[in-house]
Amino acid sequence: MTAMCDVAFLLLAFFILTTKFKPDEALSVTTPKSVSTRTLEGKDIVLITMDKDGKVYFSVDDMNRPEKLQIIEEVNEMKALNLTDAEKAAFARNGSFVGVPFSQLKSYLQRDPSEIKNLQQPGIPVTDSLNNELQVWIRAALTAFQGKKMNILLKGDNEAKYPSFKGVIDALKKNEQFKFSLVTDPEGIPPDSELGRRAAREGASVTDQ
Amino acid sequence: MAELDTSQQGGHKKGPGVKKAKKLSTRVDLTPMVDLGFLLITFFIFTTTMSQPTALRLYLPKDTEKQEEQSKVKNSGALTILMNRDNNVYYYEGELLPDGSNFKTSNFMDIRQVILDKKRNTKPEDFVVIIKPGPDATYKNTVDMLDEMFIGDVKRYALVDITPQDLQFIAATEGVPPSGFTAPASN
Repeated sequence: MTAMCDVAFLLLAFFILTTKFKPDEALSVTTPKSVSTRTLEGKDIVLITMDKDGKVYFSVDDMNRPEKLQIIEEVNEMKALNLTDAEKAAFARNGSFVGVPFSQLKSYLQRDPSEIKNLQQPGIPVTDSLNNELQVWIRAALTAFQGKKMNILLKGDNEAKYPSFKGVIDALKKNEQFKFSLVTDPEGIPPDSELGRRAAREGASVTDQ
Repeated sequence: MAELDTSQQGGHKKGPGVKKAKKLSTRVDLTPMVDLGFLLITFFIFTTTMSQPTALRLYLPKDTEKQEEQSKVKNSGALTILMNRDNNVYYYEGELLPDGSNFKTSNFMDIRQVILDKKRNTKPEDFVVIIKPGPDATYKNTVDMLDEMFIGDVKRYALVDITPQDLQFIAATEGVPPSGFTAPASN
């Protein structure tokens, strides 16, 4: 009995040490479900988030700090924002994301991270086809990631309305980005459907696209 | 119940199983600790592997070719699905007739059967589903419809903008004009 107890605690210690906690997200988004089992890309991620009010936020993977700095440089030049080095560094900080129009970007980057958590941001304007600011952000990202494949992830809330989604899609289309992934929660395949029957014949990998 | 055996076999004077009266037992039952240990293990097993969000790939056609593509598609093979507020789903086969006689209403459950029926009745190279979300459709509606494409094994589908004619029929069916749409005065 003592031996079993020891083994139990050894296993427990192993699992405690190998648990990776998800990074704390400032934006809580309930993503829709889909039957796809394809896993998300792991690196070089550009994440576009849409919350339930249709506000659009832009962020880049923390691992890509040099690209982040380049992105903010590009945006600074293109939009003549006169950002200081401290503000640019604030953008390149881990876990940072942008949800304000360019006009408010300078004051937004001056804020403390603790302020940002409680801040209600207006979102990047995308619905106006003449002034789709996300398009500028994506173009800056493309220049920063030149040569490397950039994985675009779109994480939308269930309640976000179609016009914001369309604005995001237009921003991507104008930058010639036609392939991207939508972040979804897993869901079981309905057994009495075409896909269900195919899965029964070919096995579960049929949902890996 | 399991017990830890802490007794020594060689030292008993009074024979096996006989305890001295009024002596407190030093035996500790460790079953609950092992139970707790296993409970915690299963908790950690489940939390390390289960929270992986999945990706749904979306491929879009280039905008410039859209006009030609829409006319190349044989109208008889096309199924157009419209969506708007309150999870309403509408569909019509082929082109929308001016009097709206082929404009039908459905919901997310039944649309699967509609897609299946249309797929069975059409040649694979002619079958295409056109998805048109309206201004009040939620992101969930759009993703659910894209998922239906996946579930129904539809190889060709397109996500396009809704036209004013479609919006007119939606307004008539819902009774409330969709956001940003003003019905024309003459009908």
